[in-house]
Amino acid sequence: MSSNQVRIGAEPGTLARTVILAIVGVVFAVPIVALIEFSFRSGLSGGYTLEHWISLFAPENARTYRDLFQSIGNSFILAVVTVAIVLVILLPTMILVHIQFPKLRRVLEFICIIPITVPAIVLVVGLAPVYSVVVKVFGGSIWTLAFAYGITVLPYAYRSIQANLDAIPVVTLSEAARSLGAGWVAVLWRVLLPNLRRGVLAASFITVAVVLGEFTIASLLNRRNLQTALLQVSQSDPWVAAILAVLALALAFVLLLIIGRLGSVGRNQSEK
Amino acid sequence: MTVANAPVPISGGVEVAPRRRPLPGLAKYLGLTPFAIYVLIFLAIPTTLAVVTGFFTEDGQFTFDNIAGLFAPNVLATFGSSFWISAVSAVIGAVVGALVCYAMLGTRSEGALRTIVDSVSSVLAQFGGVMLAFAFIATIGVQGLITVYLKNTFGVDIFSNGIWLYQVPGLLLPYIYFQVPLMVITFMPALEGLKPQWAEANATLGGTRFTYWTRIAAPVLAPSFFGSLLLLFANAFSSYATAAALISQGSQIVPLQIRSALVSETVLGRENMAGALALGMIVVMVIVMWGYSVLQSKTSRWQK
Repeated sequence: MSSNQVRIGAEPGTLARTVILAIVGVVFAVPIVALIEFSFRSGLSGGYTLEHWISLFAPENARTYRDLFQSIGNSFILAVVTVAIVLVILLPTMILVHIQFPKLRRVLEFICIIPITVPAIVLVVGLAPVYSVVVKVFGGSIWTLAFAYGITVLPYAYRSIQANLDAIPVVTLSEAARSLGAGWVAVLWRVLLPNLRRGVLAASFITVAVVLGEFTIASLLNRRNLQTALLQVSQSDPWVAAILAVLALALAFVLLLIIGRLGSVGRNQSEK
Repeated sequence: MTVANAPVPISGGVEVAPRRRPLPGLAKYLGLTPFAIYVLIFLAIPTTLAVVTGFFTEDGQFTFDNIAGLFAPNVLATFGSSFWISAVSAVIGAVVGALVCYAMLGTRSEGALRTIVDSVSSVLAQFGGVMLAFAFIATIGVQGLITVYLKNTFGVDIFSNGIWLYQVPGLLLPYIYFQVPLMVITFMPALEGLKPQWAEANATLGGTRFTYWTRIAAPVLAPSFFGSLLLLFANAFSSYATAAALISQGSQIVPLQIRSALVSETVLGRENMAGALALGMIVVMVIVMWGYSVLQSKTSRWQK
C-alpha cells in the first residue's frame, strides 16, 4: 500500500512478495499440471492424445463406465442428503441455541469441533457396528452414509453458519418480529433465514466439497462413492481416474471460490 | 442494512415480556432433541464403541491384551512412523505456509489474489486425499512428469535407491502439499491481527524493522504459530486417504494399521485390535488438540 514510503510495518516489499508467491505457486502447480498432462498421454511410450477425454464421454462407452458414473451419482446423492441434514438438524439447533440457550453456545461449539479430534479413521471403527443397525432400519441404500458425513462436516458447517449468526443481531431481529406479531415459523422463515442466507450457502457448499472428497468412511464401510470408484478405476484405467480427479478438483475450486466471494461480500457490508 | 443499525429494543420490557417466552420450558428443550439424538447415535456412540472395543475380546470378555498389543514393537514402530511423517510435514508446512501468509500481508482481503489463494488452499487442504495421490504419481511416479524430466535432462534417477513413493518417505511430499494450504488458512488471521499502530509505535520509539519483528511480531505470533503447527500435526496424523491410495498393502502408519485390522476378516479379534489402535490415536489427538486450544486461547486476545 505504501510502497514509496519507508516501510515501518510488517508488510513485505513488492519484490519479496512476488518472489515468495511465485516460487510457492509454481511448485504447487507442478503436481496439478502433471495430473493434467498425464490425462492427455496416449500411453507409456509418450505422445499426446484427446482420446481418453473423448472416450470417457462417448455414449458407446456408457456401459464400460456405468459403475463409475453410478458412483459419481452416489456422491451427489450423498452431498444432497448431507446438506439436508445440515439444514434440517444443525441449522435450527444453532438458531435455537443462539436465541434461547446462550449458555449452551460453548457446549454446541465444543460438540461441533469434536470431529476434528476424532478423525474419520477412528470414527469408522465404531461406525461399523452402528451401521449394521442402520442397515436393518433404513436398508442398505447409499444415502444412509450421509448420516456419518453429516458428522464429518460439522466443524466446517458450524463455522460458516456461526460466523453469519455472530454478524447479525439475531435476538433483536427475532424479538422485533415477535413483537410485531409474527409466529416462530414466520420469524425463522421470513426474518432469520434471509439474513443467514450467506452463511447457509457457504455451509452448503463446503458440505458438498467435503462430501465429494470423502474417501475414508466410504472405503472402510464398503460403500461406493466418487473417491472409492476413482481409486478402483485407477487400477485399470489411470487416465480416466486422472481426468475425473482434474474435474473434481476444478469443481471443488469453483465451489470454494463462490464461498470466498460470499464471505468477502459479507465483510464489505458489515463494515459499512 | 437498516435492520442491523436499528436501535436495540428494551428486551426485558414489561410489554414484551409475556411474548418473549412463548415456548414453555419443556417444549423449548424438545427443539434440541433432534440434534442431540443425531450426535448421540453417529458421534458419541461410534466414538465410544471405537475406544471401548479395544478393551474386549471377540467373545466380549474384558481384556487388556489389545491395549498391551499397542506396545508390541511393530505397533510402536508404526506409531513412530506416524509421528515422524506428521512432525516433519507439519514443521515444513508451517514454515512455508507462514512465508506465504507473510507474502500476502498488506494485500486487500477482498482482492482477487487473496480470494483465489484462499479457495485454492481450501481445496488442497480439505479435498485432496485420493486425487492428491494421483497427482503425485503423475509427478514423481515411475513415469511421472518430473521423474522423466530429471532422467532425460540431467540423467538423475530419483528412484536409483528403489521406488520410495509407495513407502512412508513417499508420503512426505503429498503431506506437505496439503499442510502448507492448511497453514495458510489457519495462520493468516493471526498475521492480520498485527496492528499497524504497533509498527508505528516501534518506529516512533526508534526501533527498526528487525526490532519490530523480534520484539513485537514474534512474541505476539508465537502462540498462534505453534498452535497452527499442532493443528498441522494432528491433520497429518489422522490423514488416511492419501496414504491408502499410495500404499495399497501393509500398515506403515497407524491409519493404515487400522485398515489392516478392520479389513482382515480371517484373523479373529482383529477388530478389537482396531479399537485399541483407535484409542491410541485418540489419546494422541486429544493431547495435541488440547495444546492447540490452549495456544489458540492465548492468540485470540490479540485478534480483537
